[in-house]
Amino acid sequence: MSFVYNKLMGGKEGLTGFILLALLVLVVFPLCLDLFRLNLVGKYLTYAFPAISLVLLWGYGGILSLGQGIFFGLGGYGMAMFLKLEASSPENTAIQSTPGIPDFMDWNQLTELPWFWEPFGSFAFTIAAILIIPAAFAYIIGAAMFKRRVGGVYFAIITQVIAVILTILIVGQQGYTGGINGITDLRTLNGWDMTSDYAKYLFYLINCALLLGVIVLSRFILTSKFGSLLLAIRDKEDRVRFSGYDVSNFKIFVFCFAALISAIGGAMFTLQVGFMSPSFVGIVPSIEMVIFAAVGGRMSLIGVVYGTLLINFGKTAFSESFPELWLFLMGGLFISVVMFFPNGLAGLWQDYGHHITDRFKFITRLFKRKESLPLDDTAKSELAN
Amino acid sequence: MLGGYTYGELGSILAMQGFAGFSLFSVLLLMALGLAIIFGQMGVINMAHGEFMAAGAYTTYLISTITEQYFPAFMPYYFVFAIVIAFFVAGALGYLAEYALIRHLYKRPLDTLLATWGLSLIMQQSYRSIFGAREVSPTLPDWLMGSYQPTEMIDIPINGMFVLALTAFVTFAVFYLMYKSNWGLRVRATTQNRIMSGAVGINTKKVDRYTFALGCGIAGIAGAAFTTIASTGPTTGTLYIVDTFMVVVFGGAASLLGTIASAFSIAQAQSILEFFISGSMAKVYTLFALVLILMFKPEGLFANKVRR
Repeated sequence: MSFVYNKLMGGKEGLTGFILLALLVLVVFPLCLDLFRLNLVGKYLTYAFPAISLVLLWGYGGILSLGQGIFFGLGGYGMAMFLKLEASSPENTAIQSTPGIPDFMDWNQLTELPWFWEPFGSFAFTIAAILIIPAAFAYIIGAAMFKRRVGGVYFAIITQVIAVILTILIVGQQGYTGGINGITDLRTLNGWDMTSDYAKYLFYLINCALLLGVIVLSRFILTSKFGSLLLAIRDKEDRVRFSGYDVSNFKIFVFCFAALISAIGGAMFTLQVGFMSPSFVGIVPSIEMVIFAAVGGRMSLIGVVYGTLLINFGKTAFSESFPELWLFLMGGLFISVVMFFPNGLAGLWQDYGHHITDRFKFITRLFKRKESLPLDDTAKSELAN
Repeated sequence: MLGGYTYGELGSILAMQGFAGFSLFSVLLLMALGLAIIFGQMGVINMAHGEFMAAGAYTTYLISTITEQYFPAFMPYYFVFAIVIAFFVAGALGYLAEYALIRHLYKRPLDTLLATWGLSLIMQQSYRSIFGAREVSPTLPDWLMGSYQPTEMIDIPINGMFVLALTAFVTFAVFYLMYKSNWGLRVRATTQNRIMSGAVGINTKKVDRYTFALGCGIAGIAGAAFTTIASTGPTTGTLYIVDTFMVVVFGGAASLLGTIASAFSIAQAQSILEFFISGSMAKVYTLFALVLILMFKPEGLFANKVRR
């Protein structure tokens, strides 16, 4: 029990935050929002996956990756390729000059399916690929960088360049990737209609369950010895190295794990939104993911989810009514978060949250009174004796 | 790849693409010089560098429009003044940014990246509100138009040569300033040992502020040069920022010579490849090669042994 309480939930504070978040996403949102808005929230929550990965990577590990969009994109494209292949069965694409291949390939005069698309016909392979390919890619990048002790600013710039390369490749190789429009028109999953209301609710709930699961898993990593080491590496890398730890392996592991989480988010994004495009891969989305983490609080697994939701709600609301103001606001947010609230929303809660919790003290007092009642009984019986 | 071209044609293609590469090289180098000073000497990642370049470009555009309307006789000469004013406008903006923002973040280099990204968003939106979303370009004086033809097949634009000369001038000026002047001595001393420099009486805060302003001012010159090659839009700066960072990192952060060499090789590789394969793939190959090289040589081409 104490393992679950201390290690998986992160003690009293973590457990309260976790339960409140679970209530919000699993009960409050589905009951209060119509399906369109709920789907939107589901989309925002997929961005929380890379944001959580950045808590591990950046908040605890001190490794700023400006390329979480790469892994988000790899996961999303993996899922999109599977769905697209299903959507372009020979019957559905009979009007094309080559039936049975995705429509954008046909438009680009491709006459057969490229080799790397072939295995994505299988659902099992796709799931495995979504989990393995981003992690393996992260391993290659991480091993090459961290073994040579490239870190800090250089790592950030290089991950950013890799994100740029991937975006240019996807946009440039239209015949293989769908180009700037991305992979669109995804309707069915194993013959099952993805656009029905039922499916949307189901995907939302699966997404929430995965998100909560990822939080628990990340909490476990952070409360373990590995988490302490990660913090130590962030603060005094050399000292950890001189203590006999192979710092690069720890960094590689956390980078791979972060890639894996981001990829799950990407795959869920494709399932809920119904398409995937390079605009979720490049520099801008990758930096936005960092700002989600920064606003939510780079040290808080729960806080970043709120940060992600808050920014995205703001973005939707503002870009609908004042598109010009939004960029000013976003820029101001970047600057003020970095300069005034480096610990984001979670930090604000820690500093000022007790003003609010004090107001609700009577709830905890109620529980305490009930607990003390039987004690009073025994006390009375003792007195009687 | 070589099929269908004779050696003579290939030579001309190489010469012309090579010269097109020189134009790219000039803009990249001017951008990178400013960034190398800021990043290499101060360790600040200035993601808004591209927007300072755009500030220079818009200044040039404004001056061109004003000259055209009120002093048409002055048209042939305005460009030289525009370059100087672009330098001071971008430099002043940089000075302000350092004062308001950067100086609070010197101890957190990764956070300067986020804060300057925020700054770049604000600057971009300001350009969009002031100048509109459409791309603009100044009316160039006549002497910058046209081209020079040494042989029948080779065709070299004059604006490219002008920009190249400008780049050479700025590069020498920066070299003189950094390595020969008293001010450069102070900057380099601050880079090598901030506390010691303070102890011997260098005002390191002032050095930081002027270094940042100088870097941004050079970006402004880059912007003025950029207007002769392409038109300027609110997002122009972002297109070049990643390439510029690659130039600086590849060249070795604190080495100006490395910056020149890497700007040259990156621009030439991209420009010559561009003729044979599509532009996007040329960029992919160039960037990919850079990442690969950096994996084996993380300190860049010319590493400067600075004790951190």
